[in-house]
Amino acid sequence: MKAIKRGVLLLTLLAIPLILAGCDSKLIVFDPKGPIARSLTDLIVYSIIFMLVIVVVVFVLFGYIVWKYRAKPGDGNFEPKEEKGNHVLEIIWFVIPIIIVIALMVPTVKTIYEVEDVPQGYEEEEPLVIHVTSADWKWIFSYPDQDIETVNYVNIPADHPVQFKMTSAGTMQSFWVPELAGQKYTMANMQTKLYMVADMPGSYYGRNTNFNGQGYAHMEFEVQAMTNEDFNEWVQEVKNTANDLTEEEYAELLEPTIIGRKTYNQTHLQWIDHAHGGSEKYLNPEMYRITHGDEEHSEEENTDNESEDEQADIETEEEATDSVSHEEHAHH
Amino acid sequence: MTQANTPLEYRSQQSQMNILGFWIFLGAEIVLFSTLFASYFVLEHNTAGGPAGHDIFILKDVLIETFLLLTSSFTAGLAIHFMRNNAKNDMIVWTIVTLLLGAGFLYMEINEFIHYVHEGATIQTSGFTAGFFTLLGTHGAHVTFGIIWISLLLVQIFRRGITEKTSSKFFIASLYWHFLDVVWIFIFTFVYLKGMVG
Amino acid sequence: MSLDEFFVTGDPMILASQIAIGLTMVGLIALITYLKKWKWLWTEWFTTVDHKKIGIMYILAGVLMFFRGGVDGLLMKAQTSRPELGFLDAQHYDEIFTTHGVIMILFMAMPMLIGIMNVVVPLQIGARDVAFPKLNALSFWLFFAGAMLFNVSFVIGGSPDAGWTSYFPLAGKEFTPGVGNNYYAIALQIAGIGTLATGINFVVTIIKMRAPGMSWMKMPIFTWTSLVTSIIIVAAFPIFTVALAYMSLDRLFGTHFFTVAAGGDPMLWLNLFWLWGHPEVYIVVLPAFGMFSEVIATFARKNLYGYKSMVFAVAGIAFLSMLVWVHHFYTMGNSAAVNSIFSLTTMMIAIPTGVKIFNWLFTLRKGRIEFSTSMLWALAFIPCFTIGGVTGVMLAMAAADYQYHNTMFLVAHFHYVLIPGVVFAVFAALYYWWPKMFGFKLNEKIGKWHFWLFVIGFNFTFMPMFFVGLDGMSRRMYTYSESTGWGAWLGFSAVGSLIMAAGFAALCYNIYWSFRYASRDVGSDPWNGRTLEWATASPAPHYNFAVVPEVEKLDDFWYKKKEGKLGLKKSDLKSVHMPSNSWTPVFLGVAFGIVGFFLVFEWFTLAIISSVLIVIGLVANSFDYDDGYHIPVDELEKEEREWRGELK
Repeated sequence: MKAIKRGVLLLTLLAIPLILAGCDSKLIVFDPKGPIARSLTDLIVYSIIFMLVIVVVVFVLFGYIVWKYRAKPGDGNFEPKEEKGNHVLEIIWFVIPIIIVIALMVPTVKTIYEVEDVPQGYEEEEPLVIHVTSADWKWIFSYPDQDIETVNYVNIPADHPVQFKMTSAGTMQSFWVPELAGQKYTMANMQTKLYMVADMPGSYYGRNTNFNGQGYAHMEFEVQAMTNEDFNEWVQEVKNTANDLTEEEYAELLEPTIIGRKTYNQTHLQWIDHAHGGSEKYLNPEMYRITHGDEEHSEEENTDNESEDEQADIETEEEATDSVSHEEHAHH
Repeated sequence: MTQANTPLEYRSQQSQMNILGFWIFLGAEIVLFSTLFASYFVLEHNTAGGPAGHDIFILKDVLIETFLLLTSSFTAGLAIHFMRNNAKNDMIVWTIVTLLLGAGFLYMEINEFIHYVHEGATIQTSGFTAGFFTLLGTHGAHVTFGIIWISLLLVQIFRRGITEKTSSKFFIASLYWHFLDVVWIFIFTFVYLKGMVG
Repeated sequence: MSLDEFFVTGDPMILASQIAIGLTMVGLIALITYLKKWKWLWTEWFTTVDHKKIGIMYILAGVLMFFRGGVDGLLMKAQTSRPELGFLDAQHYDEIFTTHGVIMILFMAMPMLIGIMNVVVPLQIGARDVAFPKLNALSFWLFFAGAMLFNVSFVIGGSPDAGWTSYFPLAGKEFTPGVGNNYYAIALQIAGIGTLATGINFVVTIIKMRAPGMSWMKMPIFTWTSLVTSIIIVAAFPIFTVALAYMSLDRLFGTHFFTVAAGGDPMLWLNLFWLWGHPEVYIVVLPAFGMFSEVIATFARKNLYGYKSMVFAVAGIAFLSMLVWVHHFYTMGNSAAVNSIFSLTTMMIAIPTGVKIFNWLFTLRKGRIEFSTSMLWALAFIPCFTIGGVTGVMLAMAAADYQYHNTMFLVAHFHYVLIPGVVFAVFAALYYWWPKMFGFKLNEKIGKWHFWLFVIGFNFTFMPMFFVGLDGMSRRMYTYSESTGWGAWLGFSAVGSLIMAAGFAALCYNIYWSFRYASRDVGSDPWNGRTLEWATASPAPHYNFAVVPEVEKLDDFWYKKKEGKLGLKKSDLKSVHMPSNSWTPVFLGVAFGIVGFFLVFEWFTLAIISSVLIVIGLVANSFDYDDGYHIPVDELEKEEREWRGELK
């Protein structure tokens, strides 16, 4: 037994620097960069305080009781007294959790309503509307007013409200930008809405949190907040330089692949808004077929429908790596 | 526990437990059908360009089905009545009538389904047809199972007579049969009548 | 379909498993034949309707599945231990986390708990068996058929790969066209029917078969929790039955329940799944609470504090468990009002749970706590589960959940609930009731190794996950980049998982060691217990009680023991009626397994032909009028004398 105890001590000591290392740089959820994420973080911190108190009370009580009432060699035939219970005590620990629940519920409801709307201080401004379409395994952002479309990155003006109208071209995903707005699902035939404001220009990490197949782990995007002027300049530049999005190219975009960033003039909304159905015409189950067999075999199987390159391509293309801008927040 | 006024099917402890167990099973069946109904209501309007309920339902056939099944529930009750009076032959006769009515219901329902398929409403057509055929099909499969089950019990009653054991088995089967009738009333009201209106 | 597609090929690890499975099967068959044990297996185990043997088979299957699910877990931990490892590819990782989840919940936690319920509940209420012994055997064999069907998927045809939640549209044929998710739909359906039957069986058993005098409020707390769990099973499993039937229809017959096209509604799956899935969590956790209550009371040498409030708390949790399913998808775009309501119902679960924690603490208070291995598990449960509980409250706050949802924070949370809540309970229960099952104790010293390794490993494995979750790591990611900085956390976590695995190995060694060497002289009541199962021999005789005990109060056995009122009068002995063994349950299990297998591969002709087997089984069962047999008085007397000495 001694050996075990020594081992525990050693491992705990080893764990300390690790925990400290985690604390010196802030975890992303505790590092909000916009009013909506900030109200989420405030709520989280508020709840953690309650939880810490509960944990401490239970742990102290537990440690004290287990130590004090442990069986000792000198106990002999000591027989503890039976206790049926105590109404007063039982009511107390029935009422205390109720009070805690109420104390947590009030700010929770307040925050639930708060984040579904344009944040305080920005009510006057007209939000920029961006349509989000998630596909396997990429994020497509359409700016209907600007008539441009981007893939795997989204540029927004800082200090200005943005409303995302989100849907999916197939499987269900979840759109998450922890530093700016929390998350919400994207679903075919449905539209969900999410507000977002970035305090300052900067680059923010976004990803899909809802598992949707082989490319899921790589389904990240970058939110770049920029000054109003920079944003307008960028829009102009895209309009001047980017290629027009064709329907054919869009269909290709929806195939299950991992790709890098792309920028287009015009949006796919002119052909289809996946929030209102019609996605099935872009879906091809054959592209999702998994061959457990060796490569040669799968090629042989697929020669007749020449789908070798249609196979769900999970090789990360070179471009894809720079779509993941985690460096920005990788300060730990 | 074995007083003369206790019905035969309740006399042994095991029979009592079987009957209680079956009631609990019927509770699970209620959850099952509630789920089927709830899903049907969710999918009801998702016809995806295919036919909707009021395009295809034929109220006349459905009324005949309803009549057949309700009557069969009544005759199943008669069979239990004669079982309790220890009138084996009457019981067998009314059970056979029950089975025939059940078979008639099934025949009508299958015809109804064939008609829908000809109208272009197969189970694969839309969310609505999937919900519809699965709800109705589950009920129909229950009726089929009931007919086979009761037929087997009939053989046992025929061979062994009305005993503590056969009577409790038969009583349980009749509970099942009445339950299917109740489900049908809900189907008739909330699928057909509601579908005809809306 | 070519043979290459039938067997999963191309991965050396899977090839090794295939060979290992093949060799083990051949070895087992050869060994049984060599030892001439086939007849013994058939008459003593395969056809048994004895609740204790069925319970033991459940537990054995549970341990086996724990191993399988644990290996899945270790592979996942290995793959994510460093950034950008190529140990597993994305597809393989996806299959592994899917099978890990399904196996741990449905094929490990469920059979372990149902197994222990099987062994203990009839003994605790002074019954000779469950209400429907043959149905009980059928439940086991259906579960086992489902479990085996699910487990062969990784070598034959390919594993399910849409997560244990199998969310649509991903789990639909359009996005996962292989047979993997067919396995999910069919195997879980077969096992689920068995579980539903268990639920009905135990509700009737507990309502109808309690010893004379054992009124509701004199029932042992574990029996209470088993009753409530059984009721939740009856209320929740049919929902899953329907959901899986829809899934099968969608995948096998091209219907549109959950599809994106033709008016299907993927959100219907989410709702149906969690309408079953959330109660399912309480199905596994409530009996565990009951086990802890028994163990804590026994080893604190005190009665359970606040028994009545414990019963009401269990009932309250069961009721609330039906009203919280939406908290699994706060982020689905529900209205703020809906999210607020479900936040409230979810947080309310903390109230009865808090009551339970404090009642346990006050049972310990002023007690005389003995640190047996069983008690250590129960004690460790309290702090660990508290962490799971408070993070659960944090997740319940819908707005905050926008930051936790689908992240590793959530994964850490539910492991902190399910491992202390269920796995610790199962271990506590195994150490506690082992002598009642087998007539010897598990070794305490190895048991303590098992305990410390497992508990430390558990905390090391899952604590870091809270932090990576808060740092933006979502669940189910097979890899991550160096720049995320998660490598250190996850490497640490991987080491923890190895310690946990060592703990499990210690358990297996303990079972082996104790089986070989432990003293067989443990007496009927080795722990100085409080409830009726300790009133009969260890291992319990097949008829359980020679004379059905009469009960006057809660913990009746404890008081009778103190007052010296135990013992058996020879004149009270009467012949005992017992149910006969039956071949139909195991036959039906096999039949369902075969039909299920053909359905998975969509070989409908074969499925229809083989379903004749099911019909044969059912018809044979209907015509079976076997009335069981009677154990004569002198045989009872002989058996009872063996452990009681002379009778009064």
